Amino acid sequence: MKFGIVVNEGPYTHEASDTAYQFSKAALEKGHEVLRVFFYHDGVNNGTRLTTPPQDDRHITNRWSELAEQHGLDLVVCIAAAQRRGIVDPDEAKRQGKDANNIASGFRISGLGQLIEVGIQADRLMVFGD
Amino acid sequence: MLHTVNKSPYEKNSLDTCLRLAKQGSAILLIEDGVYAAMGGTSETDKMKRATDAHNVYVLGPDLKARGLDEAQVIDGIKVVGYDGFVDLAVEPNTVQSWL
Repeated sequence: MKFGIVVNEGPYTHEASDTAYQFSKAALEKGHEVLRVFFYHDGVNNGTRLTTPPQDDRHITNRWSELAEQHGLDLVVCIAAAQRRGIVDPDEAKRQGKDANNIASGFRISGLGQLIEVGIQADRLMVFGD
Repeated sequence: MLHTVNKSPYEKNSLDTCLRLAKQGSAILLIEDGVYAAMGGTSETDKMKRATDAHNVYVLGPDLKARGLDEAQVIDGIKVVGYDGFVDLAVEPNTVQSWL
C-alpha cells in the first residue's frame, strides 16, 4: 500500500515528528511504500541540518535523512512555510540573496502541489501534527 | 474509518469531538498524549468504557511506556498495539482522520 505522510509540527515540540517517523519506519518494514513525506507549517523546522540536540537525545533531522537514504524517501519542505521560518536550500539562498543555506540531506524545498499530488497518488494520507 | 487522537482529554476536547462524530464500529487509536484517556480509574474511564461498546478502541503501547503508564491499568476492552499495529489499522479501512 502507498502512504503519504504529512508533518505539521516542528521537532522536539510534542511528538508528531517522532510518531510520523516511527509510523513511516514501521510501514516500510512491513513492505509498504512511503511515496512522500511533506513537511508543512512548523514541520519545516525538521529539515534544517543545523539541528544540534544534546548527544544523548534522538537526532530527529538526521533520523529522517537516514531513513530517506535507506529507502529513497522524498522529503519535501513547503516553500512558503520554509521561507517564513528561514529554511533555505542553495537555490533559494541565491534567489533571496541570503549568505547561507541550511537544508538537511535528503530534504528538498518545493510547493504545496507536492502535497496535493501525494494526496491523489497515495492510498492513505497520514497527518501528524499539533 | 480509523480515527487517531493525539491530545490528552485533560488538555483538549479532540477526543470528545472524535467520539461525537465517529460512526459506530469505527477504529479509534489513542496516540501521543491521547494515551492518557486509556487509563482506568480516572474521570474519563466511564466515557471510554462506553466508547469501547460502540467502537474498536486501541492505544499505542510505546506511547504508554514513554509516559511511564502501566499497560495493566489500561481499561478492559482497549487493545494495546505497537507501531506495526498502527500501520495495520491504517491499512484496514479506506480513510484515516487525525484529531489533533
